[in-house]
Amino acid sequence: MTQLDDIIIDIRGLTFYRGERAIFRDVDIQVPRGRVTAIMGPSGTGKTTLLKLIGGQLRPDAGEILLDGENIPALSRRALFRIRERMGMLFQSGALFTDMNVYENVAFPLRVHTKLPEEMVRDLVLMKLQAVGLRGARDLMPSELSGGMARRVALARAIALDPDVLMYDEPFTGQDPIAMGVLVNLIKRLNEATGHTSIIVSHDIQETLSIADYIYLLADGSVIARGTPEQLSKDSSDQVQQFMEGLPDGPVPFHFPADDYQTDLLGY
Amino acid sequence: MIELITTIGRGALDRVASFGRAAIFLLQSLLARPAPMQMLPLLVRQIYVVGVQSLIIIVVSGLFIGMVLGLQGYTILVDYGSEQAVGQMVALSLVRELAPVVTALLFAGRAGSALTAEIGLMKATEQLASLEMIGVDPLRRIVAPRFWAGFLCLPILSAVFALVGIYGGALVGVEWLGIYEGSFWANMQNAVSFYDDVINGCIKAVVFGFVVTWIAVFQGYDCVPTSEGISQATTRTVVYASLAVLGLDFVLTALMFGDL
Repeated sequence: MTQLDDIIIDIRGLTFYRGERAIFRDVDIQVPRGRVTAIMGPSGTGKTTLLKLIGGQLRPDAGEILLDGENIPALSRRALFRIRERMGMLFQSGALFTDMNVYENVAFPLRVHTKLPEEMVRDLVLMKLQAVGLRGARDLMPSELSGGMARRVALARAIALDPDVLMYDEPFTGQDPIAMGVLVNLIKRLNEATGHTSIIVSHDIQETLSIADYIYLLADGSVIARGTPEQLSKDSSDQVQQFMEGLPDGPVPFHFPADDYQTDLLGY
Repeated sequence: MIELITTIGRGALDRVASFGRAAIFLLQSLLARPAPMQMLPLLVRQIYVVGVQSLIIIVVSGLFIGMVLGLQGYTILVDYGSEQAVGQMVALSLVRELAPVVTALLFAGRAGSALTAEIGLMKATEQLASLEMIGVDPLRRIVAPRFWAGFLCLPILSAVFALVGIYGGALVGVEWLGIYEGSFWANMQNAVSFYDDVINGCIKAVVFGFVVTWIAVFQGYDCVPTSEGISQATTRTVVYASLAVLGLDFVLTALMFGDL
């Protein structure tokens, strides 16, 4: 898929400062509907910040973030909460509510946003938990779950209201290989089954390449490359290759800027 | 020198900005009234956590403070042969000053710090952010019930404190030291005026409840979401709330009793 014709999220001229430092400078990103889009880049390039900007938790200093034509930064607080019902977000830590068990965590969005009868809530919760393979863990508390399981419960909660857009914040970080494989599979399967749009923020190259339809590579506050996984693998620019191959030194230097090594050690 | 001035200026600006954030935060939490049917169970739960669970410390402290007042009052007043006035002294000092102030200080340490730590930890573990992304306003869901619970509970706790304290004073004065019971209670009844003393004490408790809970929930909501940040916010809650209570107490006392 190289044609970006059906856009659900259209980011134009996004500029965001944190203190004096520009996190984004005039960034344009288009997210195609119903596909898996990955936002990649080295740590500290503001990938998570981008998700928070899309979710309206932060406001940009300039630029537009359009979700089906609605400019998120310009929405009122009330309208923002309404539009968030169309979004789901999987946080890095899972962010389960620690005073509720697994079942209640997944039921929470249904209870606050719908007036469904209790039997229907139960059916929906069990279906979502079945989808992530944790139907049997419904009575556990979040403190009793492993990191991978917590993230799967959080995923079940994020899809409880069948959102149009699902955002994943570093879904693979800190997972063992099995849990990682499970998650990769799950994200792909869910995307195909429900047809929602997925945005994955990650720096795990292999896993992300295996499921992404389209990739944006961020560095130093701007998009340095964009395209399908094949296009990016063939990109010849040094910066892209360093990241894709995981080379320790290159345009992104291994050394933090410092005085000359010899001068520093010997004083001459 | 210039550096010193800029540091002071920056500190002052930070304070002012923080005060402004706290005011906006308060306004949003107060305006964010959730539907009563959703709010009620949350509020009841918080009243239990904030109010009922603070009862023990309030009752025990009230009893001891009342007993100490009775004992101290007796040793001073007996020299002048007016130990019958112990009842009036205990009741007035409790109702006017000690009940609202000490309850507010204990409340800041017992419930305020817990509120700050709980909300701060929710922020650090992204639970607040995840509520926002689910489309639930954390100010409504988390902050508002806690704020109202503290605001409602402190005056009640203060009343409990005063009652138990008076009982403690009677225990020491009448039962132990043998003041004539009739004059102990009659003097108290004559001296304590409902409008001037009881109502003014209640006004103090309401003001303290508002300020202490506001500081506690704001510090939690505004904290730096790290373990160090939460510990600093908890400390700030206790320090700011105690200072605010003592300062406001002077102001309120001056307004209420200053023209005597």
